[in-house]
Amino acid sequence: MAWVFAVTALLLVALVLAVLYRPLGDYMAWVFTSERHWRIERLCYRLAGVDPERQQSWRTYLRSIIAFSLAGLVLLYVMLRLQHLLPYSLGLPPMSSDLAFNTAASFVGNTNWQSYSPEQTVGYVAQMAGLAVQNFVSAAVSMAVAIALIRGIASRGGRSGLGNFWVDLVRANLRILLPISIVAAVLLLAGGVIQNFSGFTNVESVAGVTQAIPGGPVASQESIKMLGTNGGGFFNANSAHPFENPTPWTNMLQVLLLLLIPFTMPRTLGTMVGNQRAGYALLATMAVLFILVYASLTAFEFAGSGSAPQLAGGAMEGKEQRFGIVGSTLFATATTGTTGGAVNSMHGSYTAFGGLMLMFDMMLGEVAPGGAGSGVYTLLILMVIAVFLTALLLGRSPVYLGKRLGVRELKIVSIAILVMPTLAIGSIAMSFAIPSVKAEIVSSMGNDGSHGLSEVFYAFISAAINNGSAFAGLSANTPLLNIMLGVVILLGRFIPIVLVLALAGSLSMQGKAESTLELPLHRPQFVGLLVGLIVFIAVPMFVPILLVGPFAEGFIR
Amino acid sequence: MTRPITRRLAPLWISLRLMLILTVLLGVAYPLLVTGIGQAVFPGQANGSLVHTNEGRVAGSALIGQRFDAADGSPLTQYFQPRPSVAGDGYDPTASAGSNLGPESPELFAQIRERTAQIAAFNGVTESEVPVDAVTASGSGLDPHISVEYARIQVRRVAEARGLSVERVAAMLERSTTGRDAGFLGEPRVNVVELNLALDGLG
Repeated sequence: MAWVFAVTALLLVALVLAVLYRPLGDYMAWVFTSERHWRIERLCYRLAGVDPERQQSWRTYLRSIIAFSLAGLVLLYVMLRLQHLLPYSLGLPPMSSDLAFNTAASFVGNTNWQSYSPEQTVGYVAQMAGLAVQNFVSAAVSMAVAIALIRGIASRGGRSGLGNFWVDLVRANLRILLPISIVAAVLLLAGGVIQNFSGFTNVESVAGVTQAIPGGPVASQESIKMLGTNGGGFFNANSAHPFENPTPWTNMLQVLLLLLIPFTMPRTLGTMVGNQRAGYALLATMAVLFILVYASLTAFEFAGSGSAPQLAGGAMEGKEQRFGIVGSTLFATATTGTTGGAVNSMHGSYTAFGGLMLMFDMMLGEVAPGGAGSGVYTLLILMVIAVFLTALLLGRSPVYLGKRLGVRELKIVSIAILVMPTLAIGSIAMSFAIPSVKAEIVSSMGNDGSHGLSEVFYAFISAAINNGSAFAGLSANTPLLNIMLGVVILLGRFIPIVLVLALAGSLSMQGKAESTLELPLHRPQFVGLLVGLIVFIAVPMFVPILLVGPFAEGFIR
Repeated sequence: MTRPITRRLAPLWISLRLMLILTVLLGVAYPLLVTGIGQAVFPGQANGSLVHTNEGRVAGSALIGQRFDAADGSPLTQYFQPRPSVAGDGYDPTASAGSNLGPESPELFAQIRERTAQIAAFNGVTESEVPVDAVTASGSGLDPHISVEYARIQVRRVAEARGLSVERVAAMLERSTTGRDAGFLGEPRVNVVELNLALDGLG
């Protein structure tokens, strides 16, 4: 019976996304190709000193992104260090330098890893004018990178450039993220999410105990937290907190917001390159992986294996009664499959194999369906490899959407797929290989044995892939972990962006290849090959980690 | 690199200005707009879905669970008991949190065993009748809901403590029970705060 609800919830997600796929995908394509500027956009360009008509080469586009992210990083760092001077700081002290660095890196990097407890650490202005602004702009940066790559694929060659980053940034914010956020925030308000500036109010509870009811501008932050696949909670409990996510239907709304942009961006690609079947192939790949993870995760949580869940009679530790298992696993699949990282249930208390699926979803490289923007650009990187492989198998030349894939493109993508595993496994190795570091890491673990190891593994994978969710037993707010994770987040964010833009630049130089023998790149067989490729690139590198972490926990007890 | 330094720093200068403009639009105007809409159209929700006693005193929020125990931590018999909470000392909204204990955690195992025994004895039922939500801590530590099963095993104890008939309390329970949203989303649930408030309101 419970499976009926699991399937129905999935069907609702599929239905809403199917209805919005064309209009939203086409709308986004229009946003990034329209010749006309809105009046408010012109004002932004004039005040910032931007020439919106100027085309940028991939290097200039990249330089703009780096400069913009650096400016964001510095501004946010300063704001967090000086938050006691800001209004509505609730009397909270400034963040320590390592925590402020970690938090700034994490929010600028669209990761939203939080090694602090927000209600005890950040005031309202730092949240809404600092953290929430990065929720908008870091998502816009991801989208801009994806659009630049799509333009590279769509270009007819010559020195046409990849567009203008400043224009893409402003338009992504003002035409896509802001309007949807306003609508979503109003819906969340209707569902019971709070939006005020009251601070904590002491009340006498029903049984006569004093309780501090929190306040805060939560609804406005909640909608962009989900829509921008960010995940940084206003409260420590994130989307498990009743003031962030009060009902099963707000939970569904949050899942849909997470999936909205990543799942409709294939249509944007299809429209911009003039080949909808290419979009459908990407969409199908994302959907297959999503359903695969959702089904297995839900099955593991329903089964509820493990000593504690079996004793309790189910896997409800860390889950909310109003969401139940299905509401929790659907959200968890969406949050680990996008670069979301918000949680509505505590991942560290999932069953051993449930936790394994959550890690697996991140290891895939965030393509199921991936972050707003980063999902499509990561999938396109894997697509290059799949096309090359298919071409080899069929003995034809590797051409994708009219672009010949040569040695240069292959070099770029080969490096790109190694970035996340190298960062994650490298930093895990460093954590346990250096005795003094190991001592500190071990003392941060919240559980003993293999589950404690899983907490550390999860943290570094989450940081390297810019997810931001956690097995939160780990006490990550130590100078060592703050700095290590902050550095991993920044590298995990910007190395792929450099490579994607290099790929975009390389593709944009080419004219359209005239190929009489088109590869069948939209057929189910090819989608199957791409899915298999993603899984087989992801899993083998992580096998040792999975063995000592979740497998050991699940089998040896 | 022969370009003058001012040109090389131009993107940084643009970025700073653009960040400030976007901060004003997205970090100030947008949340204030949403606050305005919330306070004008949904004031009840925007201010925390507060609940009141019959006398009009604010008694907390319908969305935030509460403790129903005596000063020494023992549960009060006249109230329906919520799920276990690890937020602070229990249901402390300044410290929302789950336990983050893993499925093989000996600590969690011991907690569940202890809770099961305590709840069974407290309500006069067998341990196998104690449902899963009664012995597991929620993710937020502020879960205001319990399952219908957990509420049912508490009816007799609450009725006895309040000198009410079992039918009366069961009818009250019925009224505080919510089904799945739209018939298929989430789980059926009982709001403990509202139910206990309603019981107190009987006078």
